[in-house]
Amino acid sequence: MLAYVIRRIFIGVIMLLVMSLVTFVLFFASPVDPAQFACGKNCSPELREQARKSLGYPPRNQGVWESNIKGPANMWADFTKGIVAGRDFPADKEMREAAPQNVVHCSAPCLGYSQYSVKTVNTMVSAAFPITFSIALAAVILWVLFGVLIGVLAAVTKGSFIDRGIVGLSLFAYAFPAFFIGTFLLRYVAIKWGLVSVPSYTPIASGGPAKWAFNLMLPAITLALLYMASYVRMTRAFVLESLTEDYVRTARAKGVSGRVVLFKHALRAALTPLVTMAGLDFASVLGGAIITESIFNFNGLGKLAVSANNNYDLPVMIGIVLMAGAFVILANIIVDILYAFIDPRVRVG
Amino acid sequence: MSTATSSFLSVRDLKVHFPTADGIVKATDGLSFDLEKGKTLGIVGESGSGKSVSSSAILGLHRGSSAQISGEILLDGVDLLQVSDEEMRRRRGLDVSMIFQDPLSAMHPYYTVGNQLMEAYRVHNNVSKKAARVRAIEMLERVGIPQPDRRVDDYPHQFSGGMRQRAMIAMGLINNPGLLIADEPTTALDVTVQAQILDLLQDLQREFDSAIIIITHDLGVVAEMADDVLVMYAGKAVEYGPTKDILVRPEMPYTWGLLSSVPDVAADTSSKLVPIPGNPPSLLNPPTGCAFHPRCPHVAKVPGDLCRTVQPDLVTGRQGLGHLKRCHLADPDTVYANEVLPEFDPVLADELADELTAADSNEKGLQ
Repeated sequence: MLAYVIRRIFIGVIMLLVMSLVTFVLFFASPVDPAQFACGKNCSPELREQARKSLGYPPRNQGVWESNIKGPANMWADFTKGIVAGRDFPADKEMREAAPQNVVHCSAPCLGYSQYSVKTVNTMVSAAFPITFSIALAAVILWVLFGVLIGVLAAVTKGSFIDRGIVGLSLFAYAFPAFFIGTFLLRYVAIKWGLVSVPSYTPIASGGPAKWAFNLMLPAITLALLYMASYVRMTRAFVLESLTEDYVRTARAKGVSGRVVLFKHALRAALTPLVTMAGLDFASVLGGAIITESIFNFNGLGKLAVSANNNYDLPVMIGIVLMAGAFVILANIIVDILYAFIDPRVRVG
Repeated sequence: MSTATSSFLSVRDLKVHFPTADGIVKATDGLSFDLEKGKTLGIVGESGSGKSVSSSAILGLHRGSSAQISGEILLDGVDLLQVSDEEMRRRRGLDVSMIFQDPLSAMHPYYTVGNQLMEAYRVHNNVSKKAARVRAIEMLERVGIPQPDRRVDDYPHQFSGGMRQRAMIAMGLINNPGLLIADEPTTALDVTVQAQILDLLQDLQREFDSAIIIITHDLGVVAEMADDVLVMYAGKAVEYGPTKDILVRPEMPYTWGLLSSVPDVAADTSSKLVPIPGNPPSLLNPPTGCAFHPRCPHVAKVPGDLCRTVQPDLVTGRQGLGHLKRCHLADPDTVYANEVLPEFDPVLADELADELTAADSNEKGLQ
């Protein structure tokens, strides 16, 4: 088991390296000069070259080898080194020596430095991550809890009006995009009808868990509704399938009551694929719920990614892409390990 | 045959019909039989002949589905079709229990064997987990699982096929039920293990004095286990009687077909394997008259169009009380001895022919 976990983590690290390399190559394949953006509007060629040097961007117009292959490769090598050992900015050694009072240290794992925001990417990400994590956590609890409960209800009432109503409504919820639901909740439920106050993120540390959860309600519902709709349908299908299994018939033949047959025998088997899905979906939401965060003006990773994209803030974008990728890879490993605990047949071998 | 009131299990005119969009599927259509404690009934028939559906009805497993069930199932004098769902649930596993064909899919893959045995025990006995565990180990030991105190914590996939079926039997018998239904208990096992499982069932039957219904399409299993045999075709009994009568002097062409399609490794090379032509009938639109007539090679021997038009009743055969058959053939013994048996077992055919002539002259002598 331990050997398996180590092997999985090793493969995960390699995947992250490859992913970061691909990200770098993709960004530098674009015709836009990132140094121009980092330098700002009133930029002279000298200032631009200075910005380029300070960020460690590869030189422009020096041929394909220098500008598009060697340059990005060096930058990627620096970046990877920074992840492991930390690094100092400006990236250019001469510039650091010329003005030591301006040197910013970015300790490992260093994701980079944003010239645009004059902060390390780590600072920005660690400010945004708790917000995204809170929304994602609240949403995953909502969608798994209600998705599974309603799905089971639909399965046991299969063919009835309740079942048809649930299936119809979940299709309805599935069809509405998050920006519609989010805007509706914000404009009507919060602002026009005043049923709840307009949500704004309150950390547990400053407002307590009740306030934290209350403010997360509307964004979490917005994010959860779409997932919930698909979890209802999946749970329904999985439970219906496992209800036809031979071991469910065996349980009934033993005289076990209907409720125990449903929850202990049928649902237990149906939960396995659901746990896998929930783990991976949670991980992908952790990379930033862009639409939900934008609507409710929560400064999470999603909003950070949008503004980084608008400002061509390359270090921030790379940092977020890598973090989102790392979450998915990590979630994959965790889900696979979890699987061994859920399904005894996986444990051996 | 005993009367309905004195038998331990007495099934009368059992019908299990499933309404579907295309019409009513008559999976079981008017089945009656009796079974005493300590005795074994073999129900034989092809796939889709209604064997499993009938036994599930005894366990009340069709409750909550769309099945329409009528008739009587008297177990120890109580009609199981009349009791409430909750009462039926309490009887399942306690008075009647069932073991299934494929023990790998019939046991829950996520719970240990011991856990599943303990559940079966604790549903009907208000005992601690510890006591249930002791009982589970005791049962595993009884069915011949080595190191039961260790294996009790194994999962079903860690058991071999034969051991799983032993564990299933242990689970079925853990509450010492009066009636055990074994639905093709040896089909998924290889031959050497099959014999062990059948021996085990017989041992346990002697020990617990339970009645057993064994559902199978394997006449070898029937010959080994059953006291009585019920041959089913298209949801109906077509022949019913003591095992020896049915196997030695069957009177219904479908039973002949089943017998002649059993491979016999010990038989000499002149014997043939004769399959039954055609496919089992649709239960939605069963053939008119005798349901077996489209596949029956002896239709021409019945005068008129009787086989095609009139459904034969289940009547006493030529061997007297206790042997029932559903066939229009006037002289089945002669047809069997002269035409059917020589095809697949010439040696037995000669013996039976001699026996028949002897019986004939006896009858004449008496007259």
